[in-house]
Amino acid sequence: MASEWLSELKAMVGQEYGRVYAWDKVNAPMVRQWCEVMGIDNPLYTDEEYAKKAEFDGLVAPPAMLQAWCLEGLHQNNYPPGSTNENPYGALKLIESKGYPAVVAVNSELSFDRYITMGEKLYYTTRLNEVGDEKTTALGTGFFVTLVMSFFSEKEAGDEKVGELLFRVFKFKPHQQPEKVEATTEVPIIKRPKPGISDDTRFFWDGCEAGELRIQHCPSCDQLQHPPAPVCIHCHALELDYKVATGAGELYSFVVMHYPEVPPFDYPNPIGLIQLDEGVRMPAGLVGVDNRDDLKIGQRVKVEFQTFDDELTLPMFRIVDSNATQGRE
Amino acid sequence: MNTSISGRAAIAGLGTTEFSKNSGRTELRLAMEATLAALADAGIDPSEVDGFSSYSVDKVPEYEIARILGCNNVKFFSQTPHGGGAACAPILHAAMAVATGVAKTVVVYRAMNERSWYRFGSGSYGFANTPTVENVNYGWYMPHGFHTPAAWVGMFAQRYMHTYGATSEDFGRVAVAARDFAATNPNAFFYEKPITLEDHQNSRWVCEPLHLLDCCQESDGAVAMVITSAERAKDMKQKPVIIKAGSQGIASGQQVMTSFYRDDITGLPEMGVVAKELYAQSGLTAEDFQTAIIYDHFTPFVLTQLEEFGFAPRGEAREFVLEGHHARGGKLPINTHGGQLGEAYIHGMNGVAEAVRQVRGSAVNQVDDVENVLVTAGTGVPTSGLILSAA
Repeated sequence: MASEWLSELKAMVGQEYGRVYAWDKVNAPMVRQWCEVMGIDNPLYTDEEYAKKAEFDGLVAPPAMLQAWCLEGLHQNNYPPGSTNENPYGALKLIESKGYPAVVAVNSELSFDRYITMGEKLYYTTRLNEVGDEKTTALGTGFFVTLVMSFFSEKEAGDEKVGELLFRVFKFKPHQQPEKVEATTEVPIIKRPKPGISDDTRFFWDGCEAGELRIQHCPSCDQLQHPPAPVCIHCHALELDYKVATGAGELYSFVVMHYPEVPPFDYPNPIGLIQLDEGVRMPAGLVGVDNRDDLKIGQRVKVEFQTFDDELTLPMFRIVDSNATQGRE
Repeated sequence: MNTSISGRAAIAGLGTTEFSKNSGRTELRLAMEATLAALADAGIDPSEVDGFSSYSVDKVPEYEIARILGCNNVKFFSQTPHGGGAACAPILHAAMAVATGVAKTVVVYRAMNERSWYRFGSGSYGFANTPTVENVNYGWYMPHGFHTPAAWVGMFAQRYMHTYGATSEDFGRVAVAARDFAATNPNAFFYEKPITLEDHQNSRWVCEPLHLLDCCQESDGAVAMVITSAERAKDMKQKPVIIKAGSQGIASGQQVMTSFYRDDITGLPEMGVVAKELYAQSGLTAEDFQTAIIYDHFTPFVLTQLEEFGFAPRGEAREFVLEGHHARGGKLPINTHGGQLGEAYIHGMNGVAEAVRQVRGSAVNQVDDVENVLVTAGTGVPTSGLILSAA
């Protein structure tokens, strides 16, 4: 029964697990090596004279090392004598046995009560702090499980708590994977080549996404330029902005490409050199050309943005002369 | 003190491989065959070479040629960018190096398996979208499928036709004349295969307004030359070919194949820059040439170049070709080897080779009494040009 094991799980909350001891007393060589590996050069951890000039009686250990003192070392589950054999992850084992195989760590919050000094002997105990209700996230469906490890320093007058580590995981069953698609022998889809986009030209391509035909403009001399450049080609000003063109213009020249036929383009492929009413030119594909013999220099054209492969929006142009091409899509 | 390079250096040796659609050997081997042939032609020992110049797009590095030749004292090497726009520039660089004394013996080369290993007109160049200048620039064209040299040139040509009333047949006359020369050049791919204007008009579209026969071929092969001082060349094996003038050219609104944003796109102002400098260096005018090599990757730009160099007024080169001045027996026969339309496409370096032969008097379609030959490089890109002359 589902509710039965859930009750069992909830009942585990609050359970405390025994001590896990540190192999070594807090010591300067391990601190020095840890700092070296982590790239920490604070002299408080390695220069006794410096530490003494600060508020301390001697060297102190980096607070972030707290968990490191009580790790098992090179070999797994090889804890110092006297450490508990209890497994604080029993809740996770139970959840897993009910069909939640995956796990991901979601929080690790370390807090400290004070600096640790050389010669202190540390241990920690673990408490199963919380098991949440079943939840569904982007990863899948399961339970958030929170453990809290409390770190103590052994003292004759009574052990002193020095810090705490909150560790939360999500134990879950992943979302159903889509069924494996049978391998097909279809030719891979060839997409239109993407343009190289630089910091100098990005505004143009962003404009295409936004359905705007953006032409670089120089506020200093009020001239337009295309293709864009990092500098005004008229007055060499570095600060440039853009104007949104109407997208109307005329066919200044054109070609109709036949050979070689390169995927994914359709052939014949008519390309226009467009003279925009604003005065600059740009080449672009022509759309709606049914009869290419009707293409004539001087015909009026209008921009039409088309998106290819869901990822590339290009300005294309359509002939809009009433007495020009008959072709309309 | 005369600081001009005009007349200071000469082409003393010429070597080529055969031209084909599939060389069947590495580009390095092609480069070595042409280089060794050029050195043998000049009578110069390979170890004497102390300079190299080529195209940035050439995939054979000069240090590898130097290593194989056994050169141990190379003081000058350069590369010129922008594809066929480089065709004349390595000769200019070599002449400058020789004239200034930096180098004494410079090998210029172009070796490529363009047809069998890669093709420039394939429409897929692998431009990525990292924001380099080149990727950003081609980003205006590639997403529309506007991605071949024929298409870029076609855009200029359509406007030229509209502005000046030129027709596809005018372009065709350039191709017919080139194939006529190729038909009598045993080294040409189209040897004994002339075409008519009707053939041109009936050939399929590559990109309107360009027919297949408006487009040059694609080829494998290599050309190399040896440049040394004019003084030294006087006493060598071959008749010296004097480098009378050389220039590169970039003009306003310059891009590589896509200078569509200029006020007027019916000219080639970068070639105008070259023309002005060549005439200034040499003191020559358009009247002083017996033949010319006019870069012909696509026919329309041949007309434009004739105008930029003053062989015809602006917009009137179609009259020039209509009257056959550019063809066999005309007043300025051009591309007598068959051009890149008829002989081979070695990125213009085979055109420089033909100019050398015309000055030497050893061309298969030899023009009478050649004194000066104009050579131009790739059009629609930053370009270059040369005047080669008899001593």
